[in-house]
Amino acid sequence: MTQTTPLRTDSEPAVEMLRVATAGSVDDGKSTLIGRLLYDSKAIFEDQLASVEDTSRRRGNAHTDLSLLTDGLRAEREQGITIDVAYRYFATPRRKFVIADTPGHIQYTRNMVTGASTADVAMVLVDARKGLLEQSRRHAFLASLLGIPHLVVCVNKMDLVGYDRAVFEAIRTEFAEFAARLDVPDLTFIPVSALNGDNIVTRGTNMPWYEGSSLMHHLEEVHVASDRNLVDVRFPVQYVLRPRDGEHRDYRGYAGTVAAGVLRPGDEVVVLPSGFTTRIAGIDGPDGPVAAAFPPMSVAVRLTDDLDVSRGDMICRPDNRPRTGQDLRAMVCWLAADADLRPGATYALKHTTRTVRARVGEVRYRLDVNTGHRDTECGALALNDIGRVTLRTTAPLFHDTYRRNRATGSFILVDEATNNTVGAGMLLDDAP
Amino acid sequence: MSYRLAHLKSLEAEGLHIIREVAAEFENPVLLFSGGKDSIVMLHLAVKAFAPCPPPFPVMHVDTGHNFPEVIDLRDRRTTEAGVQLIVASVQESIDAGRVVEETGPRASRNRLQTTTLLDAIDKHRFDAVFGGARRDEEKARAKERVFSFRDEFGQWDPKNQRPELWNLYNGRHRPGEHIRVFPLSNWTELDIWQYIADEGIELPPLYYAHRRTVFERDGMLLAVTGFVTLQDGERPFEETVRFRTIGDATGTGAVRSTAADAREVAVEIAATRITERGATRADDRVSEAGMEDRKREGYF
Ligand SMILES: Nc1nc2c(ncn2[C@@H]2O[C@H](COP(=O)(O)OP(=O)(O)O)[C@@H](O)[C@H]2O)c(=O)[nH]1
Repeated sequence: MTQTTPLRTDSEPAVEMLRVATAGSVDDGKSTLIGRLLYDSKAIFEDQLASVEDTSRRRGNAHTDLSLLTDGLRAEREQGITIDVAYRYFATPRRKFVIADTPGHIQYTRNMVTGASTADVAMVLVDARKGLLEQSRRHAFLASLLGIPHLVVCVNKMDLVGYDRAVFEAIRTEFAEFAARLDVPDLTFIPVSALNGDNIVTRGTNMPWYEGSSLMHHLEEVHVASDRNLVDVRFPVQYVLRPRDGEHRDYRGYAGTVAAGVLRPGDEVVVLPSGFTTRIAGIDGPDGPVAAAFPPMSVAVRLTDDLDVSRGDMICRPDNRPRTGQDLRAMVCWLAADADLRPGATYALKHTTRTVRARVGEVRYRLDVNTGHRDTECGALALNDIGRVTLRTTAPLFHDTYRRNRATGSFILVDEATNNTVGAGMLLDDAP
Repeated sequence: MSYRLAHLKSLEAEGLHIIREVAAEFENPVLLFSGGKDSIVMLHLAVKAFAPCPPPFPVMHVDTGHNFPEVIDLRDRRTTEAGVQLIVASVQESIDAGRVVEETGPRASRNRLQTTTLLDAIDKHRFDAVFGGARRDEEKARAKERVFSFRDEFGQWDPKNQRPELWNLYNGRHRPGEHIRVFPLSNWTELDIWQYIADEGIELPPLYYAHRRTVFERDGMLLAVTGFVTLQDGERPFEETVRFRTIGDATGTGAVRSTAADAREVAVEIAATRITERGATRADDRVSEAGMEDRKREGYF
């Protein structure tokens, strides 16, 4: 299983990609755990290892500090903590993994939200000696808010509690009770020692009482194919392909990434906002015509009628349309340090391939990400705050709830003066 | 049907999405094209993203003048086939114009000088988006770089002040004079690149495959004997069967001993290799642990 490579011949099934977001408090052992996954899957090269061994020795560490493998920028090296989202890659013969590695401290909620936005699986670390901290609850809460369907809780440093089953079980029980109030469809607990490698890649012999999979094995097996929405056809038009001359003069293709559903030639579709109904004449994939397009494929759709379709339009099925409107209700995570989100402020809002302006209506409440408490008196959202807001846009958006579709239920807010990305939004039900 | 996408096809789809997003939102993008494997894959994606139209932006080669002729040959053929305009930004011209000073000595390299030539060209052509072939797996400082990476009016990157990047909603807004570096291959690894080249049957300069060549050893690396380097005392040329893992300035690009004759065989070798691409073959990257971060801040690729 620790073999290097997902090399395949053409007859073998293709390797799938899995995106994992990690969060953990400083010193929970996250860097060590990721370093161990990279090391044991042989994604670490000798020269990187040599540099880490060298640094460990210079710092007087007794053993090679695998956490140094994942410390990136100089500022972080100086401070000795991880301050930004970093992406790591490793592969087994089964899957290719992208890890979004984020710091766990509350001051970095925005980084966690960023890393979690595209993740299939969230991995939360808990220090076995400390048990469930406020931070662990926050990580689970954010994973659920960001719609990550699979949560893996690694109870780390089991070696420091004598590999005691009771310690693990107590943490598991407490965490599960708390998570029952969240929207986490799949919750798994694994007792590990990142330092010694117990239950990381192989089960090892220190915890015979544990009957589940190693972390690596779990990540290879976790079933994510059904997480995608294959029901509601949503195709945001990204770019219009229209050769001006030459042999393809008559070609009209609407290029984009399938946000949800399955499109097939012959399907009846409606183009929003015009509302015209037509059929799909053909779908061109990166290698030529395809019989079906599904997320996250990037294709060009040809229609049987010559309609006026442009970027920001949405192709869907006539009997299954997104919500259309200018009044939005959303959970927003505020990402900016220099200004708060306040009622009356306007921002550029990017949703699928459509960019509009939006004015903030009200900030209904701010959520305490540690306790779930709703503060209705806050009036504004500051850096790292998450709260429920209403927005009014200058033009209608074609959208779904984030729960139903992450691609058509998410948006970003951009400050038009600084051009910074200042807010991340997840659309809610229309009900107040 | 299972409606599953193999990981290379997911990476390809992500790349197409990013490239089209840039074409839709920017006025004047350019794709950096060195004739190396990453830029060839990037151009391959750009061609797919807009087929049957040609990519709606030019490509630019920042030319150190220290080239392998096979690379220039393929550069010219590929850009013609793709139907894109080729702009050459010349480091030699930057030297002649006094914008930069040529390094001297037997270890002189033009690698660092490229930054000035690149930034001058971005300024001159008023490019607002610049596609680069960098990957996050290449190096620690790159692991945190965004797909849309903001550059101020001096072309500088501020690693501590990067825009959050969520979902696939990229923020390309900038003021005149500023630009965005865009990395469609961010999530690819070296192995992904080779497997994709093999799957797609993409042509690369023959240097990437095993061939006989006169080389010499310096700092544990094999360097090609070319007109651009001066052998030092004790350095002795010899024949070896080698291939290159990266292709940059001919003075600083190292070769590795190899018998891999095609992309599939290279992929097998890479999978078994225990040394990173940069560690093995880029003389200038080995200067310091923080070398890349410093150069990136200044505006390097
Ligand atoms: N005994 C023991 N120590 C660990 C384990 N995992 C990490 N550590 C140590 O805990 C400290 C913090 O680990 P690190 O990975 O840097 O934590 P991070 O801040 O969460 O990234 C380091 O001294 C590690 O060696 C473990 O499983 N057992």
